[in-house]
Amino acid sequence: MVGHKRYPAPLLYLQLTHMDEPRENVEPEAQLTHSLQLEPVISSNAVGSRNPNQAAMAASGYEYEDGLQSSVDGGISYDPYFVPDPVKSFVVHLYRHIREKNVYEIHQMYETSFHTLSDRMFKDTPWPSVEAVAQYVDNDHVFCLLYREMWYRHLYARLSPTLKQRIDSWDNYCSFFQVVLHGVVNMQLPNQWLWDMVDEFVYQYQSFCQYRAKMKSKTEQEIALLRQHDQAWNVYGVLNFLQALMEKSSIIQILEKEKEGLEQFTATDGYDYSGGSNVLKVLGYFSMVGLLRVHCLLGDYQTGLKCLHPIDISQQGVYTSVIGSHITTIYHYGFANLMLRRYVEAIHEFNKILLYIYKTKQYHQKSPQFEQILKKNEQMYALLTICLSLCPRVKLVDETVNSQLREKYGEKMLRMQRYDDESFALYDELFSYACPKFITPSAPSYEEPLVNYNQDAYRLQLKLFLYEVKQQQQLSLVRTFLKVYSTISLEKLASYMEVDESTLRTILMTYKHKTHSVGADGKTISNADMDFYIDDNLIHVVESKTPKQYGDYFLRQIVKLEAVIGDMDRVKLE
Amino acid sequence: MARDVLTVQASTVASESATKPHTLSLVQKEHSGRRKIKMGREAPSQSQMSYTVEQLVAVNPYNPDILPDLENYVNEQVSSQTYSLNANLCLLRLYQFEPERMSTQIVSRILIKALMAMPAPDFSLCLFLIPERVQMDEQFKTLIVLSHYLETAKFCQFWDEAAKNRHILEVVPGFEQAIQEYAVHVLSLTYQKVSRSVVAEAINVEGVSLDKFIEQHVANSGWVVEGKGKLVSLPRNEFNHPELKRTSSAQSIPLDRITRIFPVLG
Repeated sequence: MVGHKRYPAPLLYLQLTHMDEPRENVEPEAQLTHSLQLEPVISSNAVGSRNPNQAAMAASGYEYEDGLQSSVDGGISYDPYFVPDPVKSFVVHLYRHIREKNVYEIHQMYETSFHTLSDRMFKDTPWPSVEAVAQYVDNDHVFCLLYREMWYRHLYARLSPTLKQRIDSWDNYCSFFQVVLHGVVNMQLPNQWLWDMVDEFVYQYQSFCQYRAKMKSKTEQEIALLRQHDQAWNVYGVLNFLQALMEKSSIIQILEKEKEGLEQFTATDGYDYSGGSNVLKVLGYFSMVGLLRVHCLLGDYQTGLKCLHPIDISQQGVYTSVIGSHITTIYHYGFANLMLRRYVEAIHEFNKILLYIYKTKQYHQKSPQFEQILKKNEQMYALLTICLSLCPRVKLVDETVNSQLREKYGEKMLRMQRYDDESFALYDELFSYACPKFITPSAPSYEEPLVNYNQDAYRLQLKLFLYEVKQQQQLSLVRTFLKVYSTISLEKLASYMEVDESTLRTILMTYKHKTHSVGADGKTISNADMDFYIDDNLIHVVESKTPKQYGDYFLRQIVKLEAVIGDMDRVKLE
Repeated sequence: MARDVLTVQASTVASESATKPHTLSLVQKEHSGRRKIKMGREAPSQSQMSYTVEQLVAVNPYNPDILPDLENYVNEQVSSQTYSLNANLCLLRLYQFEPERMSTQIVSRILIKALMAMPAPDFSLCLFLIPERVQMDEQFKTLIVLSHYLETAKFCQFWDEAAKNRHILEVVPGFEQAIQEYAVHVLSLTYQKVSRSVVAEAINVEGVSLDKFIEQHVANSGWVVEGKGKLVSLPRNEFNHPELKRTSSAQSIPLDRITRIFPVLG
């Protein structure tokens, strides 16, 4: 009889790496009295419980040699202890706003001021170290964790992190998530920031796996360090943290209750207007998207979709409150459906998001995410092209999106539908461009000769995808014939397609099988616009027509007309 | 016995006048995550164990300690002819995280089970999680070839290849019946009337056994034999009779949309 083995929560299982002093020395209570956690009063635990992380942080500040020296030009030296005045004022104000829960101001500082300062003063150097900055913010433990999170994110974006820095960043995430999961965090942070944290967490994990898999160029020290810190960015750790955030926040139950009107979450965009904190709840919410993303990177599309299931993507939600989160969610949802051969669903969602981006991207031109948005936009057009080539249902696509698609990939799509060698090359090209950066989650075997295996995961997914495309090779040809005939005998069609009758039967059955996918509920759904049935030796073609939706159209126009009449009534004629 | 299983299921389904073919609904029922074909006397301890493993997978899936439980569960699925995609995917994930612990025997069984779940894409889903060099193994190459034949409806080649590799496949009871169900499913999608020989080729049954098979389906799934025994008429469903496809409820407009114009209607 199997006993229940509750896997130890990440708090216990994950040992923080590299700690100079054992963690047990620092009492949890001492940490909890810091202001951002319980009461808004400043507690001056400054000198006593100096966070051992900070000591290590200062040490690692000097260990940027590999990354930094290459990017430092003109002999600009980086002094981690020098805090320029703008930074001083930045952290002081940010700290104050966080304590006072001025979410709007926090958002402004986080989105705008941070990036302006980065552009002006820290183009290719890291920000001042946390140790230097801590004195201006009462050495607040939680603020330091937040600052360090931004510090590493900046480092990853502008420079290339060393192994030591990757490990330290992992430790920082551990500490921060533990605080959130453990203590009562007394802050309200903007959704943008909370999303960025989850997003960056997964991104750094992906980056670490890619880094670790390039064993060829590793030095002895690096390998030794990797072996020593095998807990850092361990796949179990990453998944369990996301899972823990999701569970501890009870976000699934909250969403359920919200449907019955017993809870307010989406309506307030996740913010807590009754004096509490939104951090755990919203992190838990975004963790679902994080889990979807990680599972896609591992190639487990089914589970990824399951993790996303509590979020209803046919509606607005907290996931749409941040454009980065909206795009990431739909991108991975669509990709997973593509790999599950649910082409219609993928087309449907890609269409919606591409239309949305088209209409709203002008508003994000100044934002730091603009480049990312554009990149994902292009990738989704490529994925949409693939879906439409495998499942030609052009009517599902909006006119605007369709014209964009024609512009970018119109010619390629025609060539892809020929299913010759060139078209497979095109499928390869588009898939490789648009797919996520798959990872190999297992640690390398340090005994075997050192090779680079960072491409292995991607190659596998590509190979299996092209295999599927190959199986659908004949379908496009069948479809062209179905479009032309209303009935045709098997014999005749076989001669046109230059195959024998029994081969034709298998081809036709393949067409039926591939165009009828099994939905999430186990039911068979037809994806085909051209369909047929066989009566012994005769094929009868049926084209499925979606009936026109007059009802909606009339409703819209009635409301519009009423509004116009109302406006006209209000006009005073002189 | 296999025939009894089919009968037990089919007898609970309504008669010919149903809009869906019974074989299809049979197949559909089984393609949900938890496929349980009751043998009639499933030992209570087995079902209890599977319940606990399912709980583990739902609540605590990223846990290396549950690997042995999941492996046992695969063996239980094989012996009691049940199936759980989620648990098997969970195990394949753990193998991905710790390749030294992978058991090719278990993976082989998972793949065979996934083949039996067709037309669901479970087989591909499993392949996505198995590293390429493992897939180079002889027995996996064979299974991939078998899957290819099934995906492209090449039943003749499939049964040939399956016969050659009986030793791999016979570890999993119920394999033949499951593939026959898939074959019938595809036939039901494609044909209104199909000749006996095509059916025979698809399910790899001839002569007297074929007669029995068809008789069974006539009795339970609404098949009709015509044309002096040479033709089988398959029950009508929305896939081989597209005119039966229920037009989407676009004709009816939900009430909450109408409420938008209530102020206008005054």
